[in-house]
Amino acid sequence: MSDEIRHEWPLFEVFVRAKRGLNHVHVGSLRAADHRMAVHHARDLYTRRNEGVSIWVVRSDDVTASEPGDRDAFFAPSADKVYRHPTHYRIPDSVPHI
Amino acid sequence: MSFDDAYAALTDHQDDTRWAYGTGFSDPLAGVPTDVPGGVDAADLTAYCLMLGDDALIMSHRLQQWVTRAPELEDEMALANIALDLLGQARLLLTRAAQAEGAGRDEDDLAFRRDAADFRHVRLAERADADFAHLVARLLVFVTWRLAVLDGLRGSRDPVLAAIAAKGVKELTYHREYAAQWVVRLGDGTAESHRRMRAAMHAVWPAIGELFRPHPVPDRLAEAGVAVPAAAARAEVDAVLSQVLAAAGLPPPTATDGGATDGGAGRDGAHTAALDEILAEMQGVARATPGGLW
Repeated sequence: MSDEIRHEWPLFEVFVRAKRGLNHVHVGSLRAADHRMAVHHARDLYTRRNEGVSIWVVRSDDVTASEPGDRDAFFAPSADKVYRHPTHYRIPDSVPHI
Repeated sequence: MSFDDAYAALTDHQDDTRWAYGTGFSDPLAGVPTDVPGGVDAADLTAYCLMLGDDALIMSHRLQQWVTRAPELEDEMALANIALDLLGQARLLLTRAAQAEGAGRDEDDLAFRRDAADFRHVRLAERADADFAHLVARLLVFVTWRLAVLDGLRGSRDPVLAAIAAKGVKELTYHREYAAQWVVRLGDGTAESHRRMRAAMHAVWPAIGELFRPHPVPDRLAEAGVAVPAAAARAEVDAVLSQVLAAAGLPPPTATDGGATDGGAGRDGAHTAALDEILAEMQGVARATPGGLW
């Protein structure tokens, strides 16, 4: 038993997988006392309408993000590299998620 | 307020593109025959469905009263979800009761136009919660018991009851996990949360005995393969509660069983003043505007 009381729960980021075969997608964030409670809350907040078959939660302060100031150096150089897209492949109609 | 309409809009797989998320809903009673099975007493089936339906309806209302009062927004949502699951079970069960009764009443008549003495829920469902610990203690007992009962009803000879139970078991399994994790969290938390969780378990304990009181309706229906005898869920409920209390570091409450059945049991229509307060709130609008639709 601990007598330490934290007055605000930490923030968690929530990722939901809509169907088998798809990726987990970030859907929002919530507050919870720990990871287990965060999964419960995510289930109650984000999968009430059949949205998912799997949930991931991550402490928001464990996420390292790219810096807005690095945007040009990070992302602009890919703008003219069309050869990075495998557009010469023909994708069958029966493959829905590429 | 027909299920047919609500599901029709959501189960149309030709039109999945309408929704970014949330397709593939299903009607739990699709294709289930609604005739009362041969050899089953329709009056008993009516009474039994009222018992189970009223348990869910009244417990749902008590949970709804926590909306806007829960300690955290996320838990408010969780409680509202549980309340809506139970309300869904209540609607199906009251509809089944009305079908078996065959007197032209429907779920709304049973929910909104019955007097307190005609309700058949256990008294545990109508108790008011002094604080969040009282709520999760009562919820744990209620859903653990209901899960044990509905688990047995999955094999009911009444196909409607079996289908309602199959749907309910999945819902109640989550409700039990939700309630249990809060009991453990508060019991094994700070000195203050432990004290209040312990007081809450002590307060709810006397209401448990009523859940297993033998009653002629379920006991007769159990012989016909339709119901679960009232006493049958006791072993599972005791085992689950002991496990949760141990994990929460809470001593087994010493309060004696049966105090809540002084003056009769809820199954026979003997209720406390708490029910009058619930019905005044729950039925007020429906009674003030007979036949109203919105």
